[in-house]
Amino acid sequence: MSDSGVACPICEAAVEIADGTVIGELMECGDCGTELEVTKIDPIEIAEAPEVEEDWGE
Amino acid sequence: MQIGMLFDRVAAEEKLLIEAFKKKNVEVEMIDIRKVQLHLNEPDPWQRFDVVFDRSVSFSKALATVQVLNGWDIPTVNFASVVEVCGNKLATSVALEKNKIATPKVIIAYTADAAIEAMESLGYPVVMKPAIGSWGRLLSKINDRDAAETILEHKSTLGSFNHGVFYIQEFVTKRDSCDIRSFVVDGETICAISRNSKHWITNTARGATTANCEVTDEIAALSEAAAAAVGGGLLAIDLFQSEDGTWVVNEVNHSMEFRNSIEPTGVDIPEKMVEFIIKVGSGAVATA
Repeated sequence: MSDSGVACPICEAAVEIADGTVIGELMECGDCGTELEVTKIDPIEIAEAPEVEEDWGE
Repeated sequence: MQIGMLFDRVAAEEKLLIEAFKKKNVEVEMIDIRKVQLHLNEPDPWQRFDVVFDRSVSFSKALATVQVLNGWDIPTVNFASVVEVCGNKLATSVALEKNKIATPKVIIAYTADAAIEAMESLGYPVVMKPAIGSWGRLLSKINDRDAAETILEHKSTLGSFNHGVFYIQEFVTKRDSCDIRSFVVDGETICAISRNSKHWITNTARGATTANCEVTDEIAALSEAAAAAVGGGLLAIDLFQSEDGTWVVNEVNHSMEFRNSIEPTGVDIPEKMVEFIIKVGSGAVATA
């Protein structure tokens, strides 16, 4: 895993983190397809993104 | 200028907006709505903001937050009264009807018997929607009485109290199987896309494809009237033409997605949005 990568909390595959990533940013694990959310910066931490709730939308 | 941006997840739109603010050399403080505490008797921590821009996907949390902020005279985009109307399809329909803006017929009913009577007065098919919800979720096209009875029973048995108010809309066949999404910023229609799908639901969240749509005088006038009817601000209007050519407004969205609309329209939608936020923050837009 590169310095800019962290392990997927579900499948432990390396997830690359781009420069300029911010807290709350969504990304998908390329291996297992889980939607992930950045929960901390410096050092980067990621978690499974919350499930969509009934009142979510635009 | 101090701008706060409420979020509960940072998707492509929020990244584009952050970039657009950077290009304007305006700093934005990101506020995770999940961590927010609003001490109603202590507005001081929030009064540093000239404007708070709501990008939360949670309607209930967003509405509660902007209601409190507006109560403290802190401007938000959109204003709480606009969020309240747009986030609830029933309230939107009431606002459109009140302002005599063409929209599909809607009947509200509270019991299965009353709902079936209402559906049969409209004629099948009809559409049922939850008053609160988005992205085309839980929409039902009901083609006959058998389906109506099943869906109403499911809603009554499985749904929360929100599903006990039956929102029944006439089904209008869309000309060319597409609808139009127009973007209205500060009363001006800046661009529009057509959303095409073989499915009767034409949300991009459900796989509809998009293309540029020329903003005709008719589309602009209807979009701007719909935006004004809900209180104005940053809005996306969903409208379509019925088979006989009549234009109707279907929904108005207060926290719009736009990632699929920049390329086809060639309009820098996030830049236009950010310019409006800055305008509100500078006090150049009435906040009453």
